[in-house]
Amino acid sequence: MAEPGNDSTKPHIDEVTGTPTKGHEWDGIVELDTPLPRWWLWTFYACIAFAIGYVIAYPAIPMLNSASKGLLGWSSRGDLTAEMGREQARMAPVVQAIASADIEKLAGQPKLMRAAIEGGRAAFRVNCVQCHGSGAAGAKGYPNLNDDDWLWGGDLKTIEKTLTDGIRNPDHDATRMSLMPAFGKDQLLAAPAVDDVVAYVRTISRQQPADAASRRGATVFADNCAVCHGAQGKGNRDLGAPNLTDGIWLYGGDTDAIHQTVWNSRRGVMPRWGDKLSPATIRMLAVYVHSLGGGEASPALAPVIAATKEEANVRP
Amino acid sequence: MSGPDLLTVGRYAKRQPVYPKAIDGTFRRLKWAIMAVTLAIYWVTPWLRWDRGPYAPDQAVLIDLAHRRFYMFAIEIWPQEFYYVAGLLIMAGIGLFLVTSAVGRAWCGYACPQTVWTDLYQHVERFIDGDRNAQMRLNKAPWGMAKLAKRMVKWSIWLAIAFATGGAWIFYFADAPTLSHDFWTGQAAYVAYATVAVLTATTFVLGGFMREQVCIYMCPWPRIQSAMLDEKSLVVTYRHWRGEPRGSLKAAATTPTGFGDCIDCNQCVAVCPTGVDIRQGPQIGCITCGLCIDACDRVMAKTGKPRGLIDYLTEDDATAEKAGGQPKSVLRSLLHVRTVVYFTLWCAIGAAMLFALGARDRIGIDVQQDRNPLYVQLSDGAVRNAFTVKLRNMQSRPRRMEVALSGLPGAKMWSEDLTRAAGSTSVSFTVPADSVLRARLFVASTAPAAHRQDFSFTVRALDKEGGTAHESVHFEGPQP
Repeated sequence: MAEPGNDSTKPHIDEVTGTPTKGHEWDGIVELDTPLPRWWLWTFYACIAFAIGYVIAYPAIPMLNSASKGLLGWSSRGDLTAEMGREQARMAPVVQAIASADIEKLAGQPKLMRAAIEGGRAAFRVNCVQCHGSGAAGAKGYPNLNDDDWLWGGDLKTIEKTLTDGIRNPDHDATRMSLMPAFGKDQLLAAPAVDDVVAYVRTISRQQPADAASRRGATVFADNCAVCHGAQGKGNRDLGAPNLTDGIWLYGGDTDAIHQTVWNSRRGVMPRWGDKLSPATIRMLAVYVHSLGGGEASPALAPVIAATKEEANVRP
Repeated sequence: MSGPDLLTVGRYAKRQPVYPKAIDGTFRRLKWAIMAVTLAIYWVTPWLRWDRGPYAPDQAVLIDLAHRRFYMFAIEIWPQEFYYVAGLLIMAGIGLFLVTSAVGRAWCGYACPQTVWTDLYQHVERFIDGDRNAQMRLNKAPWGMAKLAKRMVKWSIWLAIAFATGGAWIFYFADAPTLSHDFWTGQAAYVAYATVAVLTATTFVLGGFMREQVCIYMCPWPRIQSAMLDEKSLVVTYRHWRGEPRGSLKAAATTPTGFGDCIDCNQCVAVCPTGVDIRQGPQIGCITCGLCIDACDRVMAKTGKPRGLIDYLTEDDATAEKAGGQPKSVLRSLLHVRTVVYFTLWCAIGAAMLFALGARDRIGIDVQQDRNPLYVQLSDGAVRNAFTVKLRNMQSRPRRMEVALSGLPGAKMWSEDLTRAAGSTSVSFTVPADSVLRARLFVASTAPAAHRQDFSFTVRALDKEGGTAHESVHFEGPQP
């Protein structure tokens, strides 16, 4: 094989391909200087032209505070705002329909119901998860919204009312209000009596067998607690008084926790959302919470179902 | 004429224009036939109808990306069955290997869309501009009314073909008659117009102007193929031992023994659609379309020499022939270890897929447990878990299905639109045709034995055809 020429004025031509070489050689292997096809060059120029146009039209050049604006005035934030606007406009009729519908008849319109649940899920994540948790499972002092135990009631209308007006909300007349006395702290009961009533509560919730203390506690309960919690301790939803006989404890069901509750009282507060969220959002939240598995039927549901069935027949 | 010098010396190489001459012969006719068949398949397929009942589209071949379904005659593929498509692609790959190891670059020469459309465009070009010499003259001629008119007509026809090509493509992705109507009345989706525009432009440019440069510079397949060809693959071969030294008829007449059969008429170069000179041996520009064989055979017939100075020949045969032996029969050349292995593999995959297709279930269940919260304590001491269940009805008719619990004694289950009081061990649904029904199911167990228990959901079709599917899940409870 011929040595590649070192003379830079005369390119060495490869015999087989007729192409000039670069003049390098590695153990007899030379590098061809194959020319680029013209169309490739044109493509390259076209890309440069496109890049220049892009830099002029779109934000591209970094400046002190932001990038250059670009002739088109495009920005990703602007895109987002426009898209959110479009989405809101798209959702507006659905939200309107939810706001104007009877909350108890929503179940008869599966599409609207679905939209309400999803809208509620989104609103829940923004407004409610701070206390009730992202899975609505609550925490000590914050009710679990998945279960079937409700302090004030678990039908759609009641949940909506709780959401709108809150619980023990100060300076709001329509709020749900009830106060458990601090029996120990305010010396309404003597310390042994408090111990006795705690024992009694643990007995009626089947956490410990009846003994002398619990039997004494029964009398204390009947005199001081039954007025709100009921003679059987089954609670009273009108007053938000919890059922003391079931397996669910908002503040804990062990002796210490119940003792604290009786001694110091508990006064959980839920904000009223009526002045912060739109009625449609509150309605969607109510539907969402109701759908979590513990939702209860309205006291007057039977006729509603009949009505929605009629409605369903009319609909195409 | 420096045929093979596609790349001229310089920093950037200008394209050497190619003016392939019209030719008739065995391989040209084969190319005609394959072109007719492939183009017909391309343009006709979306318009074929196939009755699938009232709940599914009646287009025989439809890639319904919007609804994530792929229809091909009696076969319907869901996204989770994409392995059939993967299998089909593997078969296509192995098929290509098989063709390559048997008959070389036959795909390039006959069936590749770039070849077929370039061929079509070249016929249009000949129809408008005339054959090779007229085309060369016209190209050199100064721009005038006549040249402009010819160019306009040619480009218009090219553009029309390109538009028809790009236009047909979109019909594979939506109901063809509906889309056609929407397309012409301006109601089709933006993406349909964009697709047609892009494909029209690429067809026009690639078929009209880029042509053989696509094969030489852009396409990876020729590079891969040159690694796949071996001494047993059919390639277009110039029998240089018979043709050389080449010389014109006149020269040969003066010295009868000094020359071979090649009369150096350059017909093989003139007809070549990629402009190579096959007499320089196998090369990347040769798509093995066989048109030079047709051209040379005609010349050989005229000069009274046997045909096949240029022919499809394996390297093994060429070596044998040079040494004075006989080439193997065509069948013997086609049958060797690689082709047999590829063919067996190809058939095995095809058979396995057909079997799987025949035995596949058209009912399915997927269960996802609520993770937040994992379980809910109920007021009577029971524990509730929630599950999102997806029921797949892959038949094109609505079906009644029943989901049942098994392996969780004493548990009750209810769907989200019912209440616990209505709970039982099974729930029924009507799953719409060809779709997935998504339902939330609550399961409550009064006395969970352990904090985690295995059980399963079983779905059963309640019609005559039947079918079941199940999925195992856990029931979670509080830590003891």
